[in-house]
Amino acid sequence: MTPGAVTPGAAPARRLPERALAPLRGLAGLAGLVAVLEVLPHTGLVSAGYLPPASETVRALWHLLAEQTFWTALGDTLTGWGLGLAVSVVAGVAAGLVIGSVPVLRAVTASTIEFLRPIPSVALIPVAVLLYGADLRSKLLLVVYAAFWQVIVQVLAGIQDVDPVADDTARSYHLGTWGRLRHVMWPTALPYVMTGVRLAATVALILAVTAELVIGAPGLGQEIAVAQSSGAVPQVYALVLVTGLLGVAVNLVARAVERRALHWHQSVRTEVTG
Amino acid sequence: MSVRTVLRRALLLLGLPAALLAVWWYATAGSTDFYVPPLSAILEAFGKVWTADRLLSDVVPSLLRLAAGYLLAVAAGVGLGLVIGTRRVVREFLEPVLELFRAIPPPVLVPVIMLFAGIGDTMKVLVIVSGCVWPILLNTVEGVRAVDEVLDDTCRSYGITGTARLRHLVLRAASPQIVTGMRQALSIGIILMVISEMFAASNGLGFTIVQFQRSFAIPEMWSGVLLLGTLGFLLSLLFRFAENRVLAWYHGLRRDRRTP
Repeated sequence: MTPGAVTPGAAPARRLPERALAPLRGLAGLAGLVAVLEVLPHTGLVSAGYLPPASETVRALWHLLAEQTFWTALGDTLTGWGLGLAVSVVAGVAAGLVIGSVPVLRAVTASTIEFLRPIPSVALIPVAVLLYGADLRSKLLLVVYAAFWQVIVQVLAGIQDVDPVADDTARSYHLGTWGRLRHVMWPTALPYVMTGVRLAATVALILAVTAELVIGAPGLGQEIAVAQSSGAVPQVYALVLVTGLLGVAVNLVARAVERRALHWHQSVRTEVTG
Repeated sequence: MSVRTVLRRALLLLGLPAALLAVWWYATAGSTDFYVPPLSAILEAFGKVWTADRLLSDVVPSLLRLAAGYLLAVAAGVGLGLVIGTRRVVREFLEPVLELFRAIPPPVLVPVIMLFAGIGDTMKVLVIVSGCVWPILLNTVEGVRAVDEVLDDTCRSYGITGTARLRHLVLRAASPQIVTGMRQALSIGIILMVISEMFAASNGLGFTIVQFQRSFAIPEMWSGVLLLGTLGFLLSLLFRFAENRVLAWYHGLRRDRRTP
């Protein structure tokens, strides 16, 4: 990432402190948010019953951290997220590689994938409730349905990106199907796979929490629903904050994994998002 | 195109969907499982449930709320994105805050917004806005940041500034990114439309489907799931159509660059 706004002619002596300023400004921004949240309810502009001061939210969070139920809920959410993500990534990569490397299969399945992909996985909520109740399995159904398409679409895009010359070269050196898959297709597709995994990780978290919130599967989402219906407003905010921090953590980890896996990959990639 | 290629295309396009539907039809034909009714029963229920009246009283309000929330989110996201993207200091101040807001799974905001806005239409529109705005905002910021420097300098030396610069250079250059954000926002918007109605509502698609599920009207519920799926598909089709029109220049440019 290059800071696009830095003018090329700027004196190098000024650039270093400017760059060091960015994280400080970011911290100041966060501090500002906390200050606004603290002051706003006191001014009476917003009722403290709707928006408790930041200090109360932090206190509620502190109490939560001491409770066993919170950690169990966090564990439940992470379990649903992790299992669902793992299933979608394995299934998505496997299906993507098979479909992508056989042209006939790709042609036959294209319309079906295009039809199934945009179906919102929340449409499956009633089905999940009926089949599995408020169980880990209904959470997994929603998570996998949402995350699977993110992965397979990226894998397919990645395989389509394989350089025909490289593929032909591999063929003329008598690399078998497995060899071409391993040494030609996989390295080309990997950046796309990683993008898919990153998108899937975010979507999986959203759907895991949604399943808990709406269906009542155990986890942070359910805790939020309970806190809301019992009128424990600061706790609602504290839990929302926790899910947000979880989302930030998922993003950071996904990016770190991506960078690790692609440390050899120099070029700038174009993301195929959808 | 000869008749053979047309037939071949049709077969490729419709072959698998037809086969899957056939499998569904025959696998459930004599189904006595209460939860998995025969496809014929679901289709029959579909015709009975989703009459013009029902569409008007349940589907149209949902779509109107989605449209209102989505358009507000686009306006707010692009507007704020332009401001934040063009001013580096503002961006540096706000980046962590925005990342945090974006990372909050949008559905958890439903209970929070219910505190403020009750359970009426306002709540549902606000929920949709609050979820859709982040991908649009952050993509706009990224797009504005990545404006080509040479183009920028050219504009400047031709004295193109102010709104003209914004319209012809900044918005144009950022539009592929903005559209990417809008596409992500659309799928989030659909999710939130359904969820906000599942929480508390007196009409709407999500409300009706949950109602069917709670009263164990299983074929009707499946028909609702089918309708919701079709709706998601149609909206994404509509989006792609609009995108191809708006970004025709961009797609053409990319094709050109790829095959010199």
